[in-house]
Amino acid sequence: MSIVLIVAERQPDGQLRKATLHAAAAGADLAAKAGAELHLAILAEDPAPLAERLKDCGAKVIHTLASPSFAHYLAETYAPAVAELAKSVGASFVGAAATAQGRDLLPRVAARLRAAMASDVVGFSGAGTDIVFTRPMWAGAVISDVKLKTAIKAFTIRATEFPAAPAGKAPAEVTAFSAPAAPASPTRFVDFKEVKSARPELTEARIVVSGGRGTKGDFKEVEALADELGAAVGASRAACDAGWVPNDWQVGQTGKVVAPQLYVAAGISGAIQHLAGMKGSKVIVAINKDPEAPIFQVADYGIVGDLFKVLPELRAAIHGAK
Amino acid sequence: MKILVTAKRVEDPESKIKVKADGSGIVQEGLKYKMNPFDEIAVEEGLRLTAKHGGEVVVVSIGPKDVQEQLRHALAMGAARAVWVNHPGPLDPMGAAGLLQKVVEKEKPDLCILGKQSIDDDQGQTGQYLAEWLGWSQGTFASKLDSLESEAEKAKAPAIELSADGKTLQVVREVDSGLATLACSLPAVVTTDLRLNQPRYASLPGIMKAKNKPIEELTPAGLGVDVGLQVEVLRMSPPPPRKAGVKVGDVQELFQKLKNEAKVL
Repeated sequence: MSIVLIVAERQPDGQLRKATLHAAAAGADLAAKAGAELHLAILAEDPAPLAERLKDCGAKVIHTLASPSFAHYLAETYAPAVAELAKSVGASFVGAAATAQGRDLLPRVAARLRAAMASDVVGFSGAGTDIVFTRPMWAGAVISDVKLKTAIKAFTIRATEFPAAPAGKAPAEVTAFSAPAAPASPTRFVDFKEVKSARPELTEARIVVSGGRGTKGDFKEVEALADELGAAVGASRAACDAGWVPNDWQVGQTGKVVAPQLYVAAGISGAIQHLAGMKGSKVIVAINKDPEAPIFQVADYGIVGDLFKVLPELRAAIHGAK
Repeated sequence: MKILVTAKRVEDPESKIKVKADGSGIVQEGLKYKMNPFDEIAVEEGLRLTAKHGGEVVVVSIGPKDVQEQLRHALAMGAARAVWVNHPGPLDPMGAAGLLQKVVEKEKPDLCILGKQSIDDDQGQTGQYLAEWLGWSQGTFASKLDSLESEAEKAKAPAIELSADGKTLQVVREVDSGLATLACSLPAVVTTDLRLNQPRYASLPGIMKAKNKPIEELTPAGLGVDVGLQVEVLRMSPPPPRKAGVKVGDVQELFQKLKNEAKVL
């Protein structure tokens, strides 16, 4: 039976990265279509806690790879181990969530396996070995169906497009895999500085509240609504270029591409560049003084008005309903 | 220090991309093209590193004759010379990395800097394939520790630091929930994130000088690389259309709709 191998991800604090559960669900969906079994790989100094956490999420087998060299993630140490595991179990598909780690690691794994790869996959179709990967191009302005022609196929999935794998499934068989010793890594881990934020990751958040030029640099109300909703804060390129907010808040074709359940655009006109980064959101709310702003063309709900009045009122209504 | 940088030709990120009715590709008419924004950052970082440590920047682009525009732009920014891999057809990341690997073996740079992805196919794979096939260190999504408003940025200082012995690069990477720092032994492959630097504009003297800088032409056949597609795009379609939205009268109505109709609160 062919195998779909999903690489789990451990956060620097040792916890499971939530996106792994979405990748497991995507893997299960692919396995069902390909007539394959879902396997997971966990690389860590001590993979046991994560194996325990993941054991009832639908995988048939969990492979644990334990080594002191896996304490800090490095593509140069992880890729050879994952590739060896994939070869050893005869995996036909190797994937992970399209997180910073998944985007860094999977192409290197694919290169070792001479496998072609599809990034940011949003869906699978077809059956057996004839699987079609659906993925965005041009920042989501185009959705393409692609076929990977190599024997082994690699992919990352966009976590927001798949539900989290539910717990409570039949327990997986947990088995240790000892990868052959890899040559010394040419890269050394130096340090990790956590950017302390009580807010969720922009690309993982269920709700995103973004501000643009209309804030005139005052993001207080944007941030206050985000915090009321437990949302991430985003911004248009104009707001980032003006130096009002950090560049990594930028949502758009050259920034981050988000697809939350709810996207609130406050004082954002809706340049093509920005729309490309957020129009995959399930529900879009636009707040803008200009009734002709292009953002209203993609918004499910639009309100013409001053964001400095609308945002506090909306926040009060949400707070009142709690 | 010899640095190889890439300059892919892509659709201007400001242009509106439309899919052809038959799903075979995008409508080319009326589109403008420019250098992939992430590659522009790669060229800039290469120039800053060679300004500080000496050496030269060689720029490479793969594509039809038109990519010479992007090569000229990189030369006008300050690259010393250019390599054009003449390949008019479609290309996937394995093909691109295979060609770049051969160019690297020929040019023997100490460092390759690529955009972390190109804004057309958005795969974000080429740098990592290249690093693996060369057996080199990889530092992806390189970012600046300081803000792009900082004094270091104004002084055009490189964000990637070379160790005193010249053997290691310190690369700060933008990752989920923080910044990770790696020490990459040279030779290495680095891919650029947006927050690495603000690329310069080409100056008029730069543009004049670029006209006389050499562009070497290579071909996939000459390099001995099979660029047959391993990632085959079967069809393209526009994203599912959004149902027409409504304008609401006031905040209460908006709140009720979000709560009861969209059920997202």
